[in-house]
Amino acid sequence: MLRPFRLEEPESVKEASEALARYGDSAKVYAGGTELLLAMKEGLVHFECLVNVKKIPGLDEVRRDNGSLRIGALSTHRELERSETLADALPVLVEMEHNVANLRVREVGTLGGNLTFAEPHADPGTLLLALDATVVAQKAGGEREIPMNEFFVDAYEAAIEEDEVLTEIVVPVPGANAAVRYRKFGYLERPSAGVALHVMADDARRSVRDVRVAVGCVGPKSMRVEEAEAVLRGKSLDEAANAMAEAGDIAGRAADAISDLHGSAEYKEHIVKVLLTRAFNDIRAELAG
Amino acid sequence: MADTGRQTLPLSFTVNGTHYEIEVEPHELLLDVIRKRLGLTGAKRSCDVQVCGACTLLLDGRPVSSCTLPAFEARDKDVLTIEGMAQDGKLHPIQEAFIEYGGFQCGFCTPGMILTAKTLLDENPNPTEEDVIEYMNGNICRCTGYKKIVESIMGVGKPNAEAS
Repeated sequence: MLRPFRLEEPESVKEASEALARYGDSAKVYAGGTELLLAMKEGLVHFECLVNVKKIPGLDEVRRDNGSLRIGALSTHRELERSETLADALPVLVEMEHNVANLRVREVGTLGGNLTFAEPHADPGTLLLALDATVVAQKAGGEREIPMNEFFVDAYEAAIEEDEVLTEIVVPVPGANAAVRYRKFGYLERPSAGVALHVMADDARRSVRDVRVAVGCVGPKSMRVEEAEAVLRGKSLDEAANAMAEAGDIAGRAADAISDLHGSAEYKEHIVKVLLTRAFNDIRAELAG
Repeated sequence: MADTGRQTLPLSFTVNGTHYEIEVEPHELLLDVIRKRLGLTGAKRSCDVQVCGACTLLLDGRPVSSCTLPAFEARDKDVLTIEGMAQDGKLHPIQEAFIEYGGFQCGFCTPGMILTAKTLLDENPNPTEEDVIEYMNGNICRCTGYKKIVESIMGVGKPNAEAS
């Protein structure tokens, strides 16, 4: 049962921001609604007004801009899954998007909506953390860039102001000697654990020049685990393989796992380690190939 | 910004080839408009959280969960429900295949299964069994009659050799 609300339909980001500022915390951006409307139907939240940003032109494009991909925040998961630009430059994002929720949710839900809602059991944020992505937030008075590792504040809470609209996700294209994987596990509709690993190898592809480890779903928010990265950085790929158990233990502990329907905290910590090791093994094979 | 009057939005759309001009409130869901106001009850409310696929409708040919989609999203769009699949009293080949291969038990999930199968076959006319299983994984059959459903989709346009 959805309680009545008012709909505002601005045609520019400025108008949207002004509407959001006018309503304050009694309004919310509507960018697909696959998460928001579920929470509203359950009566968990109510907003007097939804600001439909989907009539604003130009927020659903994907384009390559030098070494980065700029993804319009209103791109649906399905559009990203089928984007040739992404398939070419960032296949790991296409694979992740292909496995988000189900077909119908992917047809309607948008990447910007997914990130802003900050549902802990979600896939994109974790991968975007490992890719060093940033998001662009705009409001009537200007715009700012927010690095992904400052974006998630807590469960259902992102670092976006009341009158800001997330407009773009900017993802640096991984280098020639880099490989990235996102691995998840779950038996419910939403993922129970998600792990992203981004290994930047040296030119000879023998050692880990730099690395990103991100964990999601198991705790209140997706996060980068720099302590786990430190264990792997600078090691040869062989040494890194031997250090995966330690890195996985650190990542599991750092992720702030909670016990819930998806499993106990201890179980989730173990799964994080397993997924991280599998991601590394796949990356190693890719770098060797 | 309190507003005591209830807002209505014009909804001009096509359902199964028939054009409608109605008014909806922003919170009205597409499933309710289709079932209660247009009387088309093929799409079912089941899980109500976009997981099961029983409320699947095609919006401009794309599958959506109408249980969680505001009706205003259908503005200027073509909606296809299971009632619109048959043409001139003749069942659609996918419907024929579900009968031929026994692709249902209780039938509750069938409208959503058939509409999703249509988008699959529109995208990929010759899917492998793996393609079918992967594509259909968001439509749940609580009778667990999946084997026959997959056989039905694989069998569209082909007679069932095992049928007596």
